[in-house]
Amino acid sequence: MKLITVAGPPSSGKTSVILRLAESLGGKLGVVKFDCLTSFDKARYDAANVPVQVGFSGKFCPDHFFVNNVEGGVLWGLRRDLDYLVTESAGLCNRCSPHISGVLSVCVIDCLSGVHTPRKIGPMLKFADVVVVTKGDIVSQAEREVFSWSVKQANGDAKILFVNGITGQGAFMLGKVAESAHTITTLTDTRLRFTTPAAACAYCTGETRIGEGYQMGMMRHIEYDI
Amino acid sequence: MNNTDFYDLIYTVPLSELRERYPVAQDFFENLNIPPLDESQPLPDALMDVDAQWLDEFGITRQEIADQLASFLGTMTESEPARSIGCLTIIGGTDKNGAPEDITLDILPGSVVSIVGPTGSGKSRLLADIECLAQGDTPTARRVLIDGAAVPEDERFTLEGKLVAQLSQNMNFVMDLSVMEFLEMHARSRSIETDETVLRECFECANSLAGESFGSDTKVTQLSGGQSRALMIADCAFISQSPIVLIDEIENAGVDRRAAVAILAKREKIVLISTHDPLLALGADRRIVIKNGGIFRVIETSPREREAAAEFERIDRQLSDARAKLRSGERLE
Ligand SMILES: Nc1ncnc2c1ncn2[C@@H]1O[C@H](COP(=O)(O)OP(=O)(O)O)[C@@H](O)[C@H]1O
Ligand SMILES: [Mg+2]
Repeated sequence: MKLITVAGPPSSGKTSVILRLAESLGGKLGVVKFDCLTSFDKARYDAANVPVQVGFSGKFCPDHFFVNNVEGGVLWGLRRDLDYLVTESAGLCNRCSPHISGVLSVCVIDCLSGVHTPRKIGPMLKFADVVVVTKGDIVSQAEREVFSWSVKQANGDAKILFVNGITGQGAFMLGKVAESAHTITTLTDTRLRFTTPAAACAYCTGETRIGEGYQMGMMRHIEYDI
Repeated sequence: MNNTDFYDLIYTVPLSELRERYPVAQDFFENLNIPPLDESQPLPDALMDVDAQWLDEFGITRQEIADQLASFLGTMTESEPARSIGCLTIIGGTDKNGAPEDITLDILPGSVVSIVGPTGSGKSRLLADIECLAQGDTPTARRVLIDGAAVPEDERFTLEGKLVAQLSQNMNFVMDLSVMEFLEMHARSRSIETDETVLRECFECANSLAGESFGSDTKVTQLSGGQSRALMIADCAFISQSPIVLIDEIENAGVDRRAAVAILAKREKIVLISTHDPLLALGADRRIVIKNGGIFRVIETSPREREAAAEFERIDRQLSDARAKLRSGERLE
């Protein structure tokens, strides 16, 4: 089974891209969707007959939640006899990066989101092997070129692919890359490409009251001027 | 300059000098959100003052910062040589029923080929095959060659966008920039020296193509459909380096489509244009007729057809004159 991690800001078109990828690949593809509180994607995968599991991180850091559950996802994929397992996560705090060394990693961004967005997204784009740009079909060629350049600024090594989530144009090229992903049997002892955010404070364990007296554990404070 | 050269430079020259020589380095430090550094020293020395905790939080070591800057400068200063190609070849595959197309079509720079056929027949599909440099691996099984050879797999990805520029009816500008700022930004991203005269030429060309003129300080998002199309075409001709231009149905009024195609051809582009417009179809040197997903015929535009096209153009001009007059409140008498 080949594993692919897909991440990208909310509404950037991850699900559409994955569905188009599923169509363009010969083998059987399944998805583990990592989300926070709600997700509307399951219905779309179901409708396309793509096996899917959804995990909600709830009150846990989505990134830590991902790391704690991705191995289970791999076992699920193996039990389901998948040829491709895709993990989909919304990089909610722009610091997340569910990318693993040796595992094909894809970042999906929307080229309507502003030309400097690639530079703001952080590790999930910076550490991706492939950056998929969506909605390129409705902006000018010049803007696509400027956007690519902006992606290159943040990640000069990534392949940049324009995929149209509606017609599927470009998904074919993504399929080619997916076919070249490594076959894996386990993730044990593999490593994340980037550290996850540190979090072990009172608010991690359910504290809701505000005030210095309630702050405990690992934390960090802004140094406000005067 | 390759990455190793940059590496050496980073280790030897003061940061201030490095920035001066490569202003784009500013973007790197902004991306990294690094605290201010002592500019009088080379980067690795200056980095010694950076807080270890900061490094830790950003998950990066001093060494990695230097490495990344070297590769950033390598990527960003790579001026893409304008890739010129001698010939684009389309080798037929199969139509929607699997019947062979049985055709090999060579298209040379400076020539225009139109694509005609009913809606749903496969015009856009043909353009898509060219865009992805199909190697028998798309639904049509067509193959597309550059200078007589298949483009190697890995190059197919890296070439994307550099070889082929696309233009279609539903493309718009979204950036919040004036026309001139926009052209400057595009030129910069293409690592073209921001030559004032090229930008002006491009701007004037766009204006000559647009039915209604616009200023260089107009926001690109405020341009009309025709003006946008005109600017996109002029940009393709003057700034985008892509030798192949694919145009999918730009049928609206407000832009001189024939002149637009002629300008692209004059810039030695290979132009393919899917259209329902007789003027555009006949303005091409050849037209590909698509039927049921396959290339049914390729027709050379005959002298008689060219005459007919000239006549249509006269009518077209009459129409647009009438339009202009009616708009400005005149009578058609
Ligand atoms: N040779 C072919 N084999 C299989 N499918 C094809 C072929 N040519 C076109 N198609 C499919 O037919 C549909 C309509 O084609 P399209 O290019 O959108 O038509 P047009 O642009 O002429 O309106 C698309 O889904 C396209 O992928
Ligand atoms: Mg079409």
